[in-house]
Amino acid sequence: MSKIMTMRDAVARFVPHGSSVVMGAALESLIPFAAGHEIIRRQKRDLTLIGPISDILFDQLIGAGCVRKVIAAWVGNVSAGLGHNYRRACEQGIPHRLEVIDHSNFTISLALLAGGLGAPYIPTYSLLGTDIPRTNPGFRQSLSPFGGEKILLVPSLQPDVAILHVQRSDENGNAHAWGNLGISEEAALASQRIIIVAEEIVLHQIIVSDPNRVIAPSFKVCAVVREPGGAHPSPVQGYYNRDHEYYHEYHRLTRTVEGNAEWLGQWVAEVKDRAGYLQKLGKERRQGLQLKEHRYAAPVDYGY
Amino acid sequence: MVAAAAREIRDGEIVFTGMRLPLIAFALAKQMHAPNAVGLFECGLVRDTPAPELLYTMGDPPNIAGALWATRMINMMGLLQRGAVDLGFIGGAEMDRFGNLNTSYLGNPESPKTKLPGSGGAADIASLSRRFVVIMAHEKRRLVERVDYITSPGFGDGQGWRKRVGLRHGGPSAIITTLCVFGFESSIGEAVLRSYHPGQSVASVRAETGWDLRVAEDVHETASPTAEELTIIRRYDPQGFWTR
Repeated sequence: MSKIMTMRDAVARFVPHGSSVVMGAALESLIPFAAGHEIIRRQKRDLTLIGPISDILFDQLIGAGCVRKVIAAWVGNVSAGLGHNYRRACEQGIPHRLEVIDHSNFTISLALLAGGLGAPYIPTYSLLGTDIPRTNPGFRQSLSPFGGEKILLVPSLQPDVAILHVQRSDENGNAHAWGNLGISEEAALASQRIIIVAEEIVLHQIIVSDPNRVIAPSFKVCAVVREPGGAHPSPVQGYYNRDHEYYHEYHRLTRTVEGNAEWLGQWVAEVKDRAGYLQKLGKERRQGLQLKEHRYAAPVDYGY
Repeated sequence: MVAAAAREIRDGEIVFTGMRLPLIAFALAKQMHAPNAVGLFECGLVRDTPAPELLYTMGDPPNIAGALWATRMINMMGLLQRGAVDLGFIGGAEMDRFGNLNTSYLGNPESPKTKLPGSGGAADIASLSRRFVVIMAHEKRRLVERVDYITSPGFGDGQGWRKRVGLRHGGPSAIITTLCVFGFESSIGEAVLRSYHPGQSVASVRAETGWDLRVAEDVHETASPTAEELTIIRRYDPQGFWTR
């Protein structure tokens, strides 16, 4: 059964107001910006965003007023440093107050791993003595029942939906992703459902020819969106490189509330969809991000 | 700073390589004195060769091509917690004399004066690596007596603190700033000025440091990068994006 639909339908059906959403699970690459922008266009409200670092995507959604709560290790701009919208929300309540639940990259991984395992929590030695447990009321300090040493208990997280950008998928959501994976697998397994956003839709036979490269079980996938260029300005290995300058432009423009409104207008509200966004980006700029060379992996033999 | 950071990497070490300057420091160390060092990147990468091009983030495509392993972040963090990582690099916005770092909140977290981006993987590296090195800008407002919030743990309030709170090993071994290099005196867990960069002095470092500066007996000028080191740095950062 095909699960292919437009981004508009996928967001309308599977990202209701108030949902908890994982995005940016691969860290700096494969960030589902196209999905985030559709969430902004549909004016989704009261979302809980969950992710490790998310780069500028979380900052954009916060600045657009979509977010009530952030559960993350880091929110900012990897190229330029601070995220202006995140700062404004936390420091001045603009556009409104934000609840922040602090994690580290390890503890957010453990929370989603626990969620995917159906376990209540996972212990770690990380963050002992830090102030992060002060700003994450879910953490519990405890003693190991085995050796008696101090441990931090990280409670599980089970988000409503994980949105994963991948290189290719079949129309049923059997998807291949490659490169570093971050917490993509943990996020997919912990979430109730998965939206796959793919650069390419390929035949089922291509996916099952290499099952080790599959990112998650397709029976959890609720929607498959074909969205070439949908991760820009983040990179997709084998498809396009990172648009570093875009992050700096965003940083400069969103310094003020007015600048942020201008940015949202230009890049989100006034473009209908991702195709419109790429058109606005322009051919020359997209060409500049193209691969300089292909580097194909050697085929593997699944013969028996 | 890059040359000083590279000198902290010993041959054969497993190094948790952070963003920006440490990426170039790793490349430099590999070519100079530490050809067998291995780099770990928290996004889920292991490399034994520097990426062929300048990296702006650890997830840039050149860092993935030719990697020894592309995998999940939890495997990198597992190696860290298991004690396999000799050295980690982290950056800081605010640091105190015990090497505690704040990248979360300036002022009260309930209503912060400045909201900083947060930990990322830095708190894990500071908690779990065998030792870590901090790279940061040296300004009086950043090097303070006591940080407002401990994101990444140094030696807490001094010697014995890490053990008391349950951290099993580790702690900062050096702080490389834009003005100087601090080491740590293990008996007190406090930063000690080890060397000042060319053009600086003990007095100029003291003037920009927000605590009563301790100075090593053998304090000296930081060795300038050699011509060979500069050539390598320029190869990995040809436009001087990260270095000048």
